[in-house]
Amino acid sequence: MKLKFSALTLLAATFALTAPASAGNYLIDTKGAHASINFRVKHLGYSWLVGRFDTFSGTFSYDDKKPEASMVSVEIDTKSVNSNHAERDKHLRSADFLNVDKNPKATFVSKSVKPNGDGKATVTGDFTLNGVTKEVAIDAAYIGGGDDPWGGFRQGFEGSTKIKLADFGITKDLGPASTDVELTLHVEGVRQ
Amino acid sequence: MLLKDTENGYGIVSRVLHWAMAVGIVALFALGWWMVGLTYYSPYYNSAPALHRSAGIILLALLILRFAWRISNPKPHDRELSPLERKASWLGHWGFYPLLFVMMVSGYLISTPDGRPIDVFGLFSVPSLFQQKGLEDAAGFVHEMSAYAVMILAAVHTAAALKHHFVDKTTILTRMWSGPPPS
Repeated sequence: MKLKFSALTLLAATFALTAPASAGNYLIDTKGAHASINFRVKHLGYSWLVGRFDTFSGTFSYDDKKPEASMVSVEIDTKSVNSNHAERDKHLRSADFLNVDKNPKATFVSKSVKPNGDGKATVTGDFTLNGVTKEVAIDAAYIGGGDDPWGGFRQGFEGSTKIKLADFGITKDLGPASTDVELTLHVEGVRQ
Repeated sequence: MLLKDTENGYGIVSRVLHWAMAVGIVALFALGWWMVGLTYYSPYYNSAPALHRSAGIILLALLILRFAWRISNPKPHDRELSPLERKASWLGHWGFYPLLFVMMVSGYLISTPDGRPIDVFGLFSVPSLFQQKGLEDAAGFVHEMSAYAVMILAAVHTAAALKHHFVDKTTILTRMWSGPPPS
């Protein structure tokens, strides 16, 4: 009787170890909008102007045993820029800023992931904006993951980076305090 | 003073509307042209578009009033024109109404599709009636193109008026300024 119990326990423990293994490819849940890409830029140096890109898609691969092998790829529809002001959004889409007719997509494709411990990592990759590709480093953090209540399996991260607008050919002068833009990504992926 | 238009010429209402709108429309074209090139730190970056929006709403109200006045008044004669000129004149004058209407409404739609109203000189505000994300882009394109079209039509209109005055020696131009000749 005691032996049988142990065997069951062992069996259960084995399942417990294998079941939540996270290795796999994940589709960023933009369909359910459990993901967002936000930006903020100083206004006159007096406050933060916050906006977002409403439309984007992406995937990532992640294995909690080998986080350094993770990859992420995101494509942003630049026309979907939304700063909650129609006139400003029109201006942001124009050639003064995102030039969306000429450059309808912005992309990020990771090249390397360097785990920094404690669920943190530096994700380096190519960021393409306004037709210009430059390497950027994203400070990423693991938020959580596991089974969802509907039969799926999810992992979530956040990441942030700072870019200089002029580096991407956006030279409209917004003042000395407003040369850089901070980008923040919140992504939840559903394992495929 | 004659308010209404007659077979012989334009009353004071039509003449005031004509010249006020002529000055207003050309001035707003120039203002619009200039203001889109302003730098962010220009002191006029906010006030110039505010003036453009306010005056544009007033012009839209005047346009509607003018259209109502036109269709409810007799049309002054065009006996001094050749048959071809008469056709061109008819087309030009009736072309102005839809073109100006499209230009002014598209301008309104640049500023309001996010639900924001247009403030008119701080006196009252016109609410947002159509809210659709991205509508401002299409509206902006239509506003710009129709504004150029209005300026081209206005140039043709001016050239024609000057020709009728200086070449044909008709009363076409003077009756828009001084009203119908005493009868």
